Formats: sequence, structure tokens, C-alpha cells
Amino acid sequence: MTATMSPEQAQPVAVESTGRRSSALRPGKSRVLTGVMVLYVIYTLIPLVWLVISATKTQTDLLSTAGLAPGHSFALFSNIKETLTYRDGIFLRWFANTLLYVVVGAGGATLLSTAAGYGLAKYRFPGRRAVFAVVLGAIAIPPTALAVPTFLMFSNMGLTNTVWAIIVPSLVSPFGLYLMWVYAEEAVPQELLEAARIDGAGEFRIFWTVSLRLLAPGVVTVLLFALVSTWNNYFLPLIMLSKPNLYPLTVGLTQWSNQAHGAGAHPVYNLVVTGSLLTIVPLIVVFFLLQRFWQSGLSAGSVKQ
Amino acid sequence: MKIGHRRRFRRLGLILAALTASTLILAGCGGSGGSGSANDSGGTKASPQALDAALKKGGTITYWTWTPSAEAQVKAFMVEYPNVKVNLVNAGTGNDHYTKLQNAIKAGSGAPDVAQIEYQALPQYALPGYLVDLRQYGLDSLESDYTPSTWRAVHVGDGLYGLPQDSGPMAMFYDKTVFDKYHIDVPKTWDEYTAAAKKLHAADPKEYITNDSGDPGFTTSMIWQAGGKPFTTDGKKVTINLQDEGSKKWTAVWNPLVQQGLVSQIPGWSDEWFKGLANGTIATMIYGAWMPGVFESSAPGGSGNWRVAPMPTYDGQPATAENGGSTESVIKQSKNPALAAAFVRWLNNGNGIKPFLEKGGFPATVKDLKDPSFVNKPDPYFGGQQVNQVLTAAADSVVPGWSYLPFELYANTIYGDTAGKAYQAKSDLNGGLQAWQDALVKYGNQQGFEVNK
Repeated sequence: MTATMSPEQAQPVAVESTGRRSSALRPGKSRVLTGVMVLYVIYTLIPLVWLVISATKTQTDLLSTAGLAPGHSFALFSNIKETLTYRDGIFLRWFANTLLYVVVGAGGATLLSTAAGYGLAKYRFPGRRAVFAVVLGAIAIPPTALAVPTFLMFSNMGLTNTVWAIIVPSLVSPFGLYLMWVYAEEAVPQELLEAARIDGAGEFRIFWTVSLRLLAPGVVTVLLFALVSTWNNYFLPLIMLSKPNLYPLTVGLTQWSNQAHGAGAHPVYNLVVTGSLLTIVPLIVVFFLLQRFWQSGLSAGSVKQ
Repeated sequence: MKIGHRRRFRRLGLILAALTASTLILAGCGGSGGSGSANDSGGTKASPQALDAALKKGGTITYWTWTPSAEAQVKAFMVEYPNVKVNLVNAGTGNDHYTKLQNAIKAGSGAPDVAQIEYQALPQYALPGYLVDLRQYGLDSLESDYTPSTWRAVHVGDGLYGLPQDSGPMAMFYDKTVFDKYHIDVPKTWDEYTAAAKKLHAADPKEYITNDSGDPGFTTSMIWQAGGKPFTTDGKKVTINLQDEGSKKWTAVWNPLVQQGLVSQIPGWSDEWFKGLANGTIATMIYGAWMPGVFESSAPGGSGNWRVAPMPTYDGQPATAENGGSTESVIKQSKNPALAAAFVRWLNNGNGIKPFLEKGGFPATVKDLKDPSFVNKPDPYFGGQQVNQVLTAAADSVVPGWSYLPFELYANTIYGDTAGKAYQAKSDLNGGLQAWQDALVKYGNQQGFEVNK
């Protein structure tokens, strides 16, 4: 998914730096930078183009024709049909699992990060600095390094091989919390909160009706990050789950891909490729729908003081 | 409540990770071998009739496998024994499957009743006492039904830890169109094989006699064929000698091929490799007898091009090794081991064999290997050649006396990082094997074995 993010990210940066150099308000034009941009766009789009083209090929064509050239027959629809029905339609089951993990996991993570970040930004209480240190420390530790200890803990609690093994860890998003914290510091003026309190609103009402609206761009940013990381979550479900019925798409597709190995090998690359394409479609849709919020969320706070 | 839990989780996780991540990871991944012993041969000895009774009584068992014919087999089984319900689970292929199996066994619950285990992985599960010794159900009486090499493969020490599902006596699969095009004779010895490799690559630099980028399964099978016995296990005592006569005999043949760039570096089972099967840039494949099924299901583009010949040998006399192959074993965690054992017996000694063969499997049972309708069946993929004549003959000439390491799966995973470097650098494979051995000795001793002591 970084493929679709990157152009979005790169564009404002490029414009900004040319603007600064010409020290004028109109955006300057630079052939070199435009050229670099074009190359970058091609670089990020080629894997996607490859994926789309490959999804139209049969297993035989995949192995006998060049990657970016079309196959001998157009098999996209038969591939999709086969992907959705292969092994009693387990792909759909994986799709539903992924949706569940994303809605509950990423949704919950966003909610918790927002509430916690807001609370840490706007309330003074003992232990705040300790929490700050823990959150910063948590960002520094890659989730992969925590996967095995998490597995051992969950295994002791008898939670492996359940949906909770995936949902509970994805509820925790130190980076989201930190982002919401910083964002809430800037986006919600203390004066506004005091005004609301004088008007007699309770703290929860202030959070839900006043602050949350001001925090919306930040919330969308956190939601998108959580969404992408939960959607692409691979290592944790890989070690937590052994029931194929609970797999998310990432692990399921890897299983299909790995069956092209050893005695009894039965490669279904066409289904792996088509399945991958189907897997990223929802993410692309979400990005298109939410990118406006997301962009404003990225730049918000960078100028306001 | 929920939030309190969450915080505790996170803080605990953080503290654990920050302070002891490395030790925990070690504890999580290691500690598989060594502890415990295979002491389950005792206990009450049940008769084969007990298995029949279990089948009659019925129940539910879970079966983990990636065998392509499993679905058909389980269906047929449940038709025959309507009282028994078999939950078929494909938990992954090869290492994915083993990781999950190991985790479930360690966790104390969630393991299947019956699991597919490759021969090379069997000691790793049998030695710590994870598997049921099937002698207690009298299945050791089935010895004469199987080829000697597969029967040996399902034993660890004296214990019987499964029944052979298939066998993989090695043969040489070659692309006849390529051999015809460059007027090369099908090699019978390794010297002829090397000569063919040179001639082929000289005629067209895009063509390679075969591919090898460092495949531990292939290496061990090649050493096996050369008469090497680099791994011996006696209780906790393990000896590793990858510089024995057989190992050196193999590297003497393979070194020049690798060093002169006569074998392609395409990794086996990659999509490029499947391409090679279809378009003839890889001219021979030396693999187990299960390979025809792979060809047919995965490289329809190569249909008609390929033929089978006996594996080249050092002296022209037939000699081969096993490559791959699996058993089905009963996991100790099973709550109904008698029913599980009965299912294994049905799968690999009863009516389960037929659906297995129909999906292109290669049997381990003598009766099926001798069955004229199997042996003489022409295979259209191989241009009508009666491939099973070659393959069943190979089953009779497996060099005896081989055994795998009690931590073979781990050994396989580090092969690329140690011996694999020699392939990339096109340097002496003996040095690579020595590096592999050093790493294995170190690991084995850490796991509580006494390696080379």
C-alpha cells in the first residue's frame, strides 16, 4: 500500500521546497524535480500495473509470458471466480476475518488513541511524564519484536487461536496515541474547553461534542495508519493462529503461495495474484475516500502556533 | 476493566520486551529437542482389534495435512465409517505447518490428533515424546507391506511413529526436446552428467543442466546416494560428519558444476523455476518419484517434453536415495489415540491409498509398487512413457542406512546462510558443508544433545 501513499506524500514536499527556493508565493517549476517525480510515480505504479496485468493471466500464461505483457487469454473473471470458490470459498472467509480485525482492531485502536491522547494532552495528573516515556519507548520497539513475547503471554492465557489474539494486540497503537496527543495539544484550545466548562458541559460531553470535531483530521490520520497496519498485519496472525478459518487475507494468501513447494506441490499463483489484487482494492478505496482528511491532518499543526 | 487490562498488557509487554526480549525469543523458539524422551513404548498393548472397535464406536478427530488428495481421502473415509468425523485442516505447507504444530504441542492444546510429518522431520517430533508409538496398537506387524527404506524412515530408535504415506526414490527427469536438439545422450553416470552439462551450456549459454542454489533436501539426498552417513543419533548422542567419504564423493561431482557455473542459480520451487520446467531452460531435475504429479499440476506447458531415467550414479550400477516423502503420525495430545491410529492405518494401509494414487501420489506400499496396472500405466504428460517402471525400480535400489538429524528442520533453515554461500561465491562446497556442520554442532549442544563429544 505504500505504493499509493508515496505520491501523495511526495507531492507537497516537492512543491514546498521549490517554493522556498524561489522565495516567492507562486510555486516554482523545476524540470529536474518534475522528472524525479515522474520517475517516482512510475516506480511506485509499476508493481500495481504488474499486479493488475498478472491477475488477467492463467497459471500457464503467468509462467510463460513476460511480466508486463498480456497473456494469451484474458482470464481475469475466471481467476476471480476461482479465487472466490477455491477450497470451498475460504478466500471470502479470510476476507470477512480481515474486515473484522480491521473494524474492531483498527477502529478500537483509533478510539483508544484519540481518547488517551486527548486526555494526556488536556489534563494534568501525576504520572503523565511516565506515560510519555512509556509511549515514546513503545514507538521505538518494532511490533515484530513483541510478537513472540505476546504469543507466549496469550498462550498462557489460552487465547491463541481465537480472534482476540489478533484484535487485542492491534488495539494498542503507541504511535497513534502519540500523534493524537501532539495533535490535541495544538488543535483543541484550552480556552474553548474552559468556555465549555463554564457553560456547564461535562468532560465527556466536551470530548464527544467539542473536541472530537476539532480532532477529526487527526483521527482520520490515525485511523488510516491503523487501518493499513491491521490490514497488512502478517507476523502476529501467522504465529497466533493455526486454524485456517481464522486467518486474515495476508496469512491465507501466503499459505496458497507456499503450497507450490515440495512433494505434492500444487502452485496456484494465478489465485495468489488475483487474491492479492482483490485484497488491496478496499484499501485503495479507503485511501481515495479519506485522503483529503488525511492530507490536512498531515500538515495541520505544522504552521499554527 | 477493559482499559485497565489493556494498559497492563501493554506495560507488561513493554517491560518484557525491553528487558528480556532476547531471552524470551530464545525460550520461545528453542527448547524443542533434548528434553523428555521417547518412553511411550510401554503401557498396555492394544491389538489391531482395538482399532476396529474404535472405528465402530466413532468420534471426532482432527487431521492436519497439505497432501493434495487429503480432501478426497477424508470424504471416502467418512463414507466408509459414518460414525467418525474427521476435521481436515490445511495449516500450511512444510515449515508453516511445523511451526504451528510445534506451537500447539508446546501450548498443550490445539494440536491435531493426526498430522502429516515428513520423514526428515520425524525425529524432531518423536524424540521429545510428542508422538504416539504405534507399536502399542500392533501396527508393527505391517512391516512387510512397505519398502525397507520407508519402513526405516518411520522409525526413530525402536519406536514406530507413523505409517509411510508415500516415498520419493530419486530419479532423473529430463527434457527430451533439449537433449534431442543438442544431440546429447541421456547420462547414466555422474561423469556423463557433467559432460552433458558442459556440452549443453556451451551450445546455448541460456541452457543449464539443472538448477541448484543450495537446497538442503537435495544435498542430503545426494550424500545419501553417494553412501554417506553424516548424521547418526543414539539417544542424546549425535554425530555430525559432513566430511565423510560419501559427502566428499558428492562434492567431487557437484563442485565443478557449481564452480564452472554449469548449474543455474534459480531457486527451486520459485516461479522462475516453474517457468524453467515449462520452457526447457532447466534440462534435468533430480527429484523424488512424486515429481510427475508436480509436473502435471504445475507445468502443463512442458507436457510431452519430459521423460524419466534412472538417477545417474558413480559407477553405473543402480543406486538412489529417498527425497521427500511423508508419514502420518498420531500426536500424544490426542484424546482418542486409538481412533487416530485407526485413521492412520486406513489412510496408509487401507482404502486411503487409492484416492492418494489417483491424485498422482507415489506409494510406499510394496503391493501397489508391484501392481502391474500401476507399474505399466503410460503417462501422457511424459509422452506415453511408462514412468512408473523407472520409478518403482528406483524404489528397490535405495542405498540403506541413512538417518536424518533430530533437528533437521532447523538444519534446513540455516543451510542457506552457511553452505548456501558457497553456491553464490562458486567456491568449494566442502567449506560450505563444514560451516553448516559447525553451526549444527553448536546448535545441537545448546539444545541439550551431545554432538560430536
